[in-house]
Amino acid sequence: MSKLTLKTEGDLHLVITRHFAASPEAVYRAHMEPELIKKWMLGPEGWTMPVCINEAKPGGKMRYEWSNGRGGDFYLTGEFLELEPYSRIVHVERMFLPDPTPDNRVETRFEPDGTGTLMTMRMTLPDAQTRAMMLATNMEMGMEASYARLETIL
Amino acid sequence: MNLDGAFSALADPTRRAILARLALGEATVMELAQPFEMTQPAISQHLKVLEDAGLIVRRVDGTKRPRRLAKAGIEAMDQWLAMLRTALEKNYDRLDEVLAGMEPHKKRGGTR
Repeated sequence: MSKLTLKTEGDLHLVITRHFAASPEAVYRAHMEPELIKKWMLGPEGWTMPVCINEAKPGGKMRYEWSNGRGGDFYLTGEFLELEPYSRIVHVERMFLPDPTPDNRVETRFEPDGTGTLMTMRMTLPDAQTRAMMLATNMEMGMEASYARLETIL
Repeated sequence: MNLDGAFSALADPTRRAILARLALGEATVMELAQPFEMTQPAISQHLKVLEDAGLIVRRVDGTKRPRRLAKAGIEAMDQWLAMLRTALEKNYDRLDEVLAGMEPHKKRGGTR
């Protein structure tokens, strides 16, 4: 049983939900504290996050760098727009592959759900084409088998 | 939309990459061939498969035949959501473990 839902909404949005068996405080912290983020936000097996800068304040900077140790490195930068501990995060982010992708505005909510937390992440892309591109890119990233090829085309 | 055709067309990573490139906007065969380090005939073959599957369409512009995504091409990308979901789930499974470590299970009735 997958606890994750992922769906497009209109032309511009992508909405992801996931239940966690932990308090909203814990889930929020796992999204905001670099030493915790580096433990899970890694994508396919074999990837690490050597750099994680996450200034947890409005206007604060984000910079996440991923590496597979085989030269397939890429990074993300972003800025926090709104922070409501421990219930809501609004930020913008873009990936460098190596050219920057259009800004993705992300609103992440953490709500009590039974004894745990329901996370709802709502992404807003500038247009339908950009959303399609982001989905295609992320899908490739989820496919370790196609990585060698991906490295030659990105 | 020809679902079977679209599915087999998308089975090839180069064709998925071409589709992703076209998601950024219209492109000529030469423009498509360049980042893939493939010959134009090889790219043209991939484009034919994508066209036959109804994922992309061509336009006549003088001697050029620029390609762009058909509506079905954009819809096909939506179908990739299922695979993206699998990849994301991997991240969140790891997060489950991190969270378990942050809030250790409290033993009931024990003294420690």
